[in-house]
Amino acid sequence: MNIVVLVKQVPDSGAERTLSTDDHTLDREDADLVLDEINERAAEEALRLKESVDAEVTVVSMGPDSALEAIRKVLAMGADRGIHVCDDRLHGADVLTTAKVLAAAVRRVGDIDLVLAGNATTDGQASAVPAVVADLLGLPQVTHARELTVDAGRVRAERQTENGEATLDAPLPALVSVTEKINDPRYPSFKGIMAAKKKPVDTVDLDDLFPDADDAGFLVARTRVVEAVPRPPRAAGIRITDDGSAGRQLVEHLIARKLV
Amino acid sequence: MSGKPLKDPLDLLDIASVLTDEEREIQATVARFLADRVRPHIGEWFENAHFARELAPELGKLGVLGMHLEGYGCAGTNAVSYGLACLELEAADSGFRSFVSVQGSLSMFSIWKWGSEEQKQEWLPRLAAGEAIGCFGLTEPDFGSNPSGMRTRAVRDGDDWILNGSKMWITNGGIADVATVWAQTEDGVRGFLVPRGTPGFTTQDIKQKMSLRASITSELYFDNVRLPDSARLPHAQGLRGPLSCLNEARFGILFGAVGAGRDSLQAAIEYADSRVQFDKPISAFQLTQKKLADMTVSLGGAALLAVHLGRLKDQHRIRPEQISVGKLNNVREAIAIARECRTILGANGVSLEYSPLRHANNLESVLTYEGTGEMHTLVVGQAITGQAAFR
Ligand SMILES: Cc1cc2nc3c(=O)[nH]c(=O)nc-3n(C[C@H](O)[C@H](O)[C@H](O)COP(=O)(O)OP(=O)(O)OC[C@H]3O[C@@H](n4cnc5c(N)ncnc54)[C@H](O)[C@@H]3O)c2cc1C
Repeated sequence: MNIVVLVKQVPDSGAERTLSTDDHTLDREDADLVLDEINERAAEEALRLKESVDAEVTVVSMGPDSALEAIRKVLAMGADRGIHVCDDRLHGADVLTTAKVLAAAVRRVGDIDLVLAGNATTDGQASAVPAVVADLLGLPQVTHARELTVDAGRVRAERQTENGEATLDAPLPALVSVTEKINDPRYPSFKGIMAAKKKPVDTVDLDDLFPDADDAGFLVARTRVVEAVPRPPRAAGIRITDDGSAGRQLVEHLIARKLV
Repeated sequence: MSGKPLKDPLDLLDIASVLTDEEREIQATVARFLADRVRPHIGEWFENAHFARELAPELGKLGVLGMHLEGYGCAGTNAVSYGLACLELEAADSGFRSFVSVQGSLSMFSIWKWGSEEQKQEWLPRLAAGEAIGCFGLTEPDFGSNPSGMRTRAVRDGDDWILNGSKMWITNGGIADVATVWAQTEDGVRGFLVPRGTPGFTTQDIKQKMSLRASITSELYFDNVRLPDSARLPHAQGLRGPLSCLNEARFGILFGAVGAGRDSLQAAIEYADSRVQFDKPISAFQLTQKKLADMTVSLGGAALLAVHLGRLKDQHRIRPEQISVGKLNNVREAIAIARECRTILGANGVSLEYSPLRHANNLESVLTYEGTGEMHTLVVGQAITGQAAFR
């Protein structure tokens, strides 16, 4: 079985994050960069599958030089090889471009059976990349899985979103995105950390992935952040004492703010 | 320079810049494991004198146990990585670091270095996995700093040995599946592997400790314990056997102490930034800053010394008196830091909710075991004067 895990390196969500002033992209300069936790769970799911069936796990990440650390982390957990898409032209890439690039990287792996990803990144949180990748690769998309089984050429997942739960079933090859409920990722072992150094990582750029594209035609961002303002500090709330008119006051408040 | 306080005082000197990616990754993995599995409970474990034995297999899975040894299921990392793991363990609690030191550097190392192939095959994989626990008995009620006078004795009886005597202050003793026991014989000090349950071998845990409460310390008793010759560590003869193991453990301790100091200092810095008296955070007062600055300086020095000694060890050129310099300095500095940090926390400093006093109490044992501060002073004294002043 050929499994690909898509991972992203993000600023540590425990720390304060800032946007750069010139292009409103996330400032990575000062941030502690870590493998996005949800991706660790996607990787864990791949590694658990690898324990039960004969599988090769390839980890794919798009990002600057430092993203190699995120790839190494998954290799330390037990993945077999990595593909690092690294190209300055990808700075500020939006959802569509990211998905195109990742899909192209997955194609390099060849015949794949399963693509695993997190259902959203903790920095961008667009939550759309996995679906677009699936579409571009022509794979069934099984998103927001909190439980996953792979058996007899099919994947079955318990899908959980705000809107409810469903059991999804699809033939392989397929793409599955997982939620943070799916598992508790392992810690990489020291042996794994030492072995990770020796595992192969292909570093590729846009020219490798899209040899026929002319540079000008490759639109990296169709969307652009025009403005960003920090969230204002929380103001104290309004306290309403119910003297019989609380309902009315509430409704008036909501109407004044055009919330109903 | 102004603005954000440093989260980690060791960042001031960018200590991490002298480490390799792999060393940092190993350190970060241990830190993360401890943050998840130990830190939330350690205050309670200390208070209840509880050793979380169930964590041994988890530490084994990570590769912590006997991590710097080669083969037999051990991870085979370099010495600096082993030191950094000890640093993080002791930043959580010296009791955990003690468990790991005794398991890896005293029990496992004694077998790895001095044992027969059969002994290695029998014990090392299980000890590395944390499925079995080991201890190391050298100290006796009447012989601590001077183990050469030990009274525990093994005498031949046909092909067997009969072991009599007792050991005191033995970390992991009461829970150990195998004890490395050092005893006097007619041809000098010899080591024996005594499995738990061997007739005549009993243990009793030491209660009412005010230090290393999250670690088990026991007495071992040997009453006509019959052992086959295959229980003897064949390659160890004389005090060189146990002393070689102690050097391994001391190496971990000189890193570990830096961890206890760092954790105390982090707690104090954070507290000083948030505690307001006389309308200012107490970190804004010069007296507090002097304490914090002095401690940061001494901690940075201790950390650099540790890494330096680690590099010497990885080049296989470290000498015992150099390890003495590290153990003497780093434990002394760490306990001074922990106590000073306690003062910054005021009354909160005496609560187990904060780490400095727990670290200070733990470090009282660390100061004493593995060679007291006085013993290491005499070792360094001998190294620079050529004169031994032990007797
Ligand atoms: C929590 C804990 C865990 C331990 N775990 C282990 C273990 O797993 N295995 C093990 O074998 N041991 C262990 N020990 C024992 C430890 O190694 C000894 O306590 C240590 O070697 C000191 O011996 P002692 O306590 O008998 O002190 P002593 O040797 O009696 O020393 C008492 C004091 O006299 C000083 N002194 C002694 N001789 C001289 C001298 N010549 N000149 C100047 N000062 C001197 C010492 O420095 C010390 O201050 C442990 C101890 C503790 C507290």
